[in-house]
Formats: sequence, structure tokens, C-alpha cells
Amino acid sequence: MVPQSPALVVVIPLIFAFLILLLGWWRRGLCYPITIGALSTSFLASLDTLYTVLTAGTIHYYLGNWEPPWGIEYVVDHLNAFVLVIVSFISLVVGISSKRSVERELPDKIVYFYCVFLLQVTGFLGIVVTGDMFNLYVFLEIASLAGYALIAIGEDGAPFASFNYLIFGTIGACFYLLGVGYLYISTGSLNMADLSQILPNLYHSKVVLVAFAFFLVGVSLKMALFPLHVWLPDAYTYAPSTVSALLAPLMTKVGAYVMIRVMFTVFEPHFSVELIPATTILGWMAAGAILFGVILALAQKDLKRMLAYILVSEVGYIALGVGLANRNGLTGAILHILNDSFMMLALFLVVGAIMYRSHSREIPQLRYMHRKMPFTMAAFVIAGLSVIGIPPTCGFFSKWYLVLGAIDARQWVFVAVLLISSLLAVILFFRVIENAYLEPREEYTGGGSELAIATEEAPLSLLMPILIAGAGILLLGIMSGEIISTIIRFAVPGCF
Amino acid sequence: MEIVVSIRPLLAVLVTLIGALLIIFTGERYRNLREFWTILVSVLKFSIVISMVSFVLQGRTVEYTIVLLTQGVSLQFRVDQFGLFFGVLASALWIVTSVYSIGYVRGLNEHAQTRYFFNFAICLSATMGIAFAGNLLTLFIFYEILTVSTYPLVAHKETEDAIMGGRKYLAYTLTAGVVILFAIVFIYAITGSLDFKPGGFLLGHGSPATLMFLFVILILSFGVKAALMPLHEWLPTAMIAPTPVSALLHAVAVVKAGVFGCLRIILYVFGPELLHKLDLWLVLAYFASFTVIVSGMYALAQDNLKRRLAFSTINNLAIIVMGSALLTPSAITGSIFHMASHGFMKITLFFVAGAIYVKTHKENVSELDGIGRQMPLTMGAFAIGAMGIAGTPPICGFISKWYLAMGSLEAKEVFFLFVLLISALMDVAYFFPIIYNSFFKSPQEVVNPHLDEASMKMVVPLVVTAIISLILGIFPNAFFNFFNIASVAAEKILGGV
Repeated sequence: MVPQSPALVVVIPLIFAFLILLLGWWRRGLCYPITIGALSTSFLASLDTLYTVLTAGTIHYYLGNWEPPWGIEYVVDHLNAFVLVIVSFISLVVGISSKRSVERELPDKIVYFYCVFLLQVTGFLGIVVTGDMFNLYVFLEIASLAGYALIAIGEDGAPFASFNYLIFGTIGACFYLLGVGYLYISTGSLNMADLSQILPNLYHSKVVLVAFAFFLVGVSLKMALFPLHVWLPDAYTYAPSTVSALLAPLMTKVGAYVMIRVMFTVFEPHFSVELIPATTILGWMAAGAILFGVILALAQKDLKRMLAYILVSEVGYIALGVGLANRNGLTGAILHILNDSFMMLALFLVVGAIMYRSHSREIPQLRYMHRKMPFTMAAFVIAGLSVIGIPPTCGFFSKWYLVLGAIDARQWVFVAVLLISSLLAVILFFRVIENAYLEPREEYTGGGSELAIATEEAPLSLLMPILIAGAGILLLGIMSGEIISTIIRFAVPGCF
Repeated sequence: MEIVVSIRPLLAVLVTLIGALLIIFTGERYRNLREFWTILVSVLKFSIVISMVSFVLQGRTVEYTIVLLTQGVSLQFRVDQFGLFFGVLASALWIVTSVYSIGYVRGLNEHAQTRYFFNFAICLSATMGIAFAGNLLTLFIFYEILTVSTYPLVAHKETEDAIMGGRKYLAYTLTAGVVILFAIVFIYAITGSLDFKPGGFLLGHGSPATLMFLFVILILSFGVKAALMPLHEWLPTAMIAPTPVSALLHAVAVVKAGVFGCLRIILYVFGPELLHKLDLWLVLAYFASFTVIVSGMYALAQDNLKRRLAFSTINNLAIIVMGSALLTPSAITGSIFHMASHGFMKITLFFVAGAIYVKTHKENVSELDGIGRQMPLTMGAFAIGAMGIAGTPPICGFISKWYLAMGSLEAKEVFFLFVLLISALMDVAYFFPIIYNSFFKSPQEVVNPHLDEASMKMVVPLVVTAIISLILGIFPNAFFNFFNIASVAAEKILGGV
């Protein structure tokens, strides 16, 4: 029997998104538990999917039993089962954390918020499971449209930021759609597996080349790869806390997944690496992204905006791994999809918690924060160390594989970029840590004259996810060897 | 080589980690309970480490693999002679430092004591991890944990100077960390393995130019923590930290971790044979001897007692590196043993500096006239430690310097013998005035002529370490065949040659 879990992962949040509208009108208090229920079921289904893939290999699921290449097919192999679990887990954790901050920030929009929130998650999950180029476009648009809406309900600058994102996002989506169109013209198929069979004969066709270029640019826009990142900092800064915590870890990662899929499954690695220098260009863009992201992050006083720029550079890491186009580089890229999701989740949740308690996120105003919110700040430190790449946090291990990949490829500039960005991240995070933990004094007097500052930790529904993310960062670091040998090893395209 | 699989190395690392958690959750309100954890954990840790001595002396190694990190490299502890030597040293000194710390922070009514003890415990976990690491990656993981957990201790006072000191410390050590990472990844890319092997594992891999490049960047980057000149600048700056921190971390754990790393690189990654082949050993020895001489000169010019001690530390660390670079049996034995003897002597000196500061708030050498009349026990211990560092028998500094001197003759490089002697003379020049002034000069201001020491929690530890330095000088094998561990390690390393 064909397992139903790949479909359930997507369908459950989709159905509940609409049920919430109905039930929410009846009882507003139901929205939160329903969301959590839907997300947990979806998460369990994704775990089941991963388990099936690990034991029985790739799953092919024909929607409505229409066989490909005519019907829509869901194909789940190691790569997307892995990303699927990440997406559903992160959404679940963000869902849990949303309770109090949504009540605080959006008191009269709770019903709509959760509806769109679930649609957003549906979009992400759909992008990941589908094996059909056009179906992917549909989910990409669901995710993007939900994203525009979610961002727009944020604070003062949000509508404008969202509008900005809307323009860029639409251009990206159009490019992607054009790519799909061109491929359809030249091959008559939309199914990824089918396309990968037909395309090799057409690699020298101009139409296919143009399609590939459209894909690359479109997806780069969606994943905010430098220099196409301009929409991101504003959008993620002004969005409501919960929304930033959902979009920052996932939107970019899903984009990265699509990029890997298109470059190495739909097209052959041989095409993307050798026939046209796509990976080389990508590598240099990524190197630019890494440096540009951290350097601009240095200039920010607003903690959330700083994180948004760090995200730009983290996207660079993933793209760099893809650009290196060797086994270690890709392992690093795929591992970083996981690691960075947790890092960004932890960081954006922490900012949300800080804002929830102190209504400010200016870095200089973080003073005494370690006494007000000891656990939250501890998680922040762990996540910060992970971004820097201090072992045994998970960020170190992504860096390990990326550096290894860069050395294998003899790309010394990339090695230097990776290492220098670590050092810049040290400045970034220790600046925050200094502000939050140290209490500068003119003259050293010993103890005694301490200000009494009461502990004012975030509410439990917000603190638990933060701690989960923090612990996850440490755990994933130590377990990274296992994760790679059981999942990622098979997720890296076979020919590398 | 026989292997014993045992969880003990992991326990030795974890016990302090759990201790750290207990400390932070006990907190300031139950400070006695919190201090009890510190002492309990330090004693437990020491006994776990000691329980491994018998295996290692029989020539066996204690192994424990935790989890696979990457293909061919696991998070793995492998306790060999050299690692155990460092482990015993660090865990033994932690017990005395804990007692001393309690006296110190309470004597000064320090702020943020919980954070202080928490970070201290993490540091010790990391040090133990470094000592027992079975491969470069495991070592690096703990090395970085050590770096990060020391930062709050350096910046502890939170004055502008302390914060700058912390920043400088981070800038130096994390930059070095990044370079180490690069070098380790590079070695992994060449060999596919990172396991330490007595006598090295790089022989036969890579081109000579690559290996030379790797050796240089590895020594320079581990040399940051070992304070090899010109990368030493952070160490005197970090002396702003509370004295027990300077004592344990800057005489034992942090800087010794750097030296330990250097020695692992020299002896267990590259190995004598390869270094002879590449002719790098002599270059390194000259490089280190430069630091030996110059740091001695710097020390002469310091008025702040702790800064003077800091430069003396730099001097001794360089001696250790120089000795191991000579690659002869006596030289290696001498350098390994000097890690311990310098540890005991230097920690005594730092303890003294802290005791004087807590009692009289004096920090400068020029203010110490006549203080021996008030604090005879403290200054007596200082005299023992200082003479030991200068290499006077029968204090343990003599033993290690004797072996180092023999080693330089074995290597047929008389130059290094002279370096050792000159540095000993300089030790005399910058320590003996202190001893003389404190006992024989009449005080500038009124000094209590009667016995008026700092609290016993501080005096007992420093007297104990001074006595141990004496005992180790007379019976080097007194504690758990300490000296034998070092000489067996040297034998193992040179076994292949």
C-alpha cells in the first residue's frame, strides 16, 4: 500500500486553515489549540514520511491516482523528507510560541492570523513534497501571498516593507513561472522526473538555457540571495515577532531547497556545473552575500534588523555550499539548512521574547537583560555562538563541511570568506552579549552596590520554544555525524 | 598498545559540567551549598582522573568514543600518558584553586560570584576535554569551549579596562581558533584522519610545502594561547581578571592548554621524524628561544606584580615549547614535566599576589617593602616558588630545567643551554628583589609587624602548592609516579625514531 503520509503533511494544515475561519468565529480561544493540533499532526506525518523514506526508499505518491506525467506526483526522497521534517517541526515550535505574542500584538486579528499562518505552512510543506514544477509554483505563491499578508500586519513600517517584498516576490515568482513555461514549451512536461529524462537532449537549446536562468534568478529572489536580498531586512524587521520567527528560518531554506532541486534533479549536475558555469557564479554571489550580510549587520543598532542581515549571510552559506558543487560542500549546504533553521528560530524567538517584555530591541538598551531574562539570554548566547561557529554548537559543523568543501575545490577565496565571516560574527554577537551581560562601572568596587533587578522571564509558552531551539542547537551539533550518515549522505545528489 | 574501554574520561569531563549546572541553579542565595558543589566536584574529578593512572602507567590507553562527528573522526577520548599528565595537573590544581577562590571572592566581597564559579567549572570541564581528547577535532571542540568560558572571567570586574581585556582576549584567541579550524580541516582533507599518534601521523601525506605551511599556522595559532611572542599581548592585559582566575587559567588551564596543543601538534601530529625531515624543529626552537629571552627582559621592567608574573609565565611557556622542539628524550621529558612544575610554582606566586591584594590592596612590586614581616607564610611561599622558577634545587623547577638542559646537549645545540641559563639569571633578577625587599627592607608605610595573613582559605592553598613544589623537587615521583608518566610519554613519542 502506498503510504498516505506525504499527502497528509500538506493537506492537514490546509484543511484546518479553513476550519479555523469557521470555528474561530464561534470561539476565538479555539484557534490556538487547533493550530497546534494541525501542526503536530503534520509533524508526525512528516516523521512517518522520513521513516518510510529511510527504510523503504523514495516515495512516489500520485494525487488522485492520476499517473505522472499527467497527474500531479509527490516525490519524497531523502532530501525533501529531511527538509519536510525541519519545516514541520519549526512551524510547530513557532506555532506553540505564538500564543502570547499574538494576543499582545494582534488582539483583534487572531482568527485571520492563524488562518494565514497555517496557509503559510501549507505553502512551505507543499513546495517541499511536490514533484511537479507547476505544482511547486502554486505552493510557492501560496507561501508568498500568505507571507505578504503576515508581514503587512506588523508594526509601523510593515505595510510598506510588505509592499516592497510583494514587488520583489512577484518578480521572482514570475521568473520562476516563465522558466516553467519555457520548459513546458520545449519538453511538453511538468513532472520533475520526466523533465530530467527529456532535458539532457535539449541542453544546448537556447530556450532551456533561458529557462534555467529564469529559475535561478527567480529562486534567488525568493531565498534573498545577495544582491537580490533587498526586500528581506525591512520585511523581517517590521513583521510581527511570530511571523519573523516563522519566515526567517523557513522561507529562505525552502528557497534553497528549490534551488538544489532544480539544479541537481531537474537539470543534471553535469549541466549546472560544467555546461554552464552556474555553480561558479552562485559561489561568488554567495561569497558576496556572506560578507555583505555580516558587514551590514555590524552597522545595525536594532537587534532584529541585525539578525535579518545575518540571515542574508546565512543564506550565503547555503548557496556557497551548493556553489562549491562537491560532496562536502553540498553536505554542508544541506546540513546548514537544518542548522540555520534552528539558529534563526532561536534568535528570532529570543528577539520576540525581549520585545514582549521590554518593548524595545535596540542593542544598547539590552542592559541587565541577563538578570531579567536569564534563560532567554542563555539561549541567545548559544545561538550566537552557533552563528559564529564555536563547537560543539551545530553552526560549527556546517562550517566544517563548507570549509572542507572549499578546500576540496581549492577555492581559497571561499575559505577565507568563511573564516573571516566567523570573525565578524564574533564582533556582532559579543557586542550584544557585552551589552546584555556586562554592567560597566567606572571604578571597581567589588560587590555590594548591585541594583536589584527582578527576574522577568518570558511567558512559558514563549520560553519553552526558545529553550527547545537552544537545546536543539547543541544537540544537533553533537549529533551531526549521525544525521549526516543516516540522512544527508543519501540526500546529496548521487553523482557527487 | 593495549586499550581499555572505560567511561571514566567522559565522567571526568561531565562531572564539572554537571557541577556547573548545580552551581548556577543553587545561586547566590545558598552560597555555602554552591561552594560545597565546587569543592565536591573538584575532589570527585581529581579522584576520577587519578583512578586512570594505573592503566596508563602499564602502557595502556583508556578510550571512550561518544559519537561519530564526521566520517573517520569521532568525539573520542583517548587518555595516554601525556594527556593524563595534564589531566592530573589541572584537576589537582583546581582543588586548591577552589578553596583559594572561595577565600578570595568572599574576602573582596566580589559581585557575580555565581557566574564566576559557573564559568570556572566549565573551564575545567573544557581543560579535561583537551587533556583527554583523542583527536584534533575533539581537542579543538574543547579548546573553543575553554576560550568562550574564560571570557566572562577575564571581563569579570566589568570596568572599562576589564571589558577591553576581555575583548582583546577574544580577538586573539578566536582568531587563532579560526586558523586552527582551517588547519584541522586541511589536515583532514589530506589524510582523512585526525587521531593523535605518538610520533605523529602526517608522515607520508601531502607535499613538504603544504606540511610546512600547516605546521607554521598551527604553531602560531596554538601559540596564541601559549603566549608565544609576538602573539602574547592578550596575556598581560588579561591580568585584569581576579587573581584566582589569573592563577588557574593563566598559569595552568588556558595557557597550558595552548602549550598542550603545541606539544600535541609537534609530537603527536607531525612527530619527530617528519620535523627532522622538514628541518622545522630547529626553526621552532629558535623562534621559542626568542620569546624566552625577550619576555624575561619585559618581566624585568614590570612594576605591577601580576604583570611581572604574566611575563614570567610567557617565558616559561616558551621554554616548554622550545624543549619539545628539540625532540630528544630528555628534552621532551623535561618539557612535559615543566608543565607541571611551572604550574605548581606559578600558581603559588599568583596565589601570593592575590593574598597580598586581598589583605593590603597592593598590586605593585615597589609597594611590597617589608611585607614579609606581616605575611611571613605568604612571602615564604613566594620565595619557594620564585626560587623554583629560577631553577634552584631542591625545588621542582630544577628537575625540569636539568632535563631541558640535558636535552639541548643531546640535540647538540649548545645555544639552547645558554638560553636556559640566561633566562634563569633573569628569573633571579626579577624575583629576588621582591624577596629581598619584602623581608629585609624597612616598610615605607606602617606594616603590622605581627603575623597578619589573609584568610586561611587563601594561605593554606598557597602553602600547600609551595610544599608540593618542594616535594616534587626532591621526589619527582612522589605523587602517582608523576615523573614516570612524563618520561614514559617521551619514550612512546620517540619510540618510532
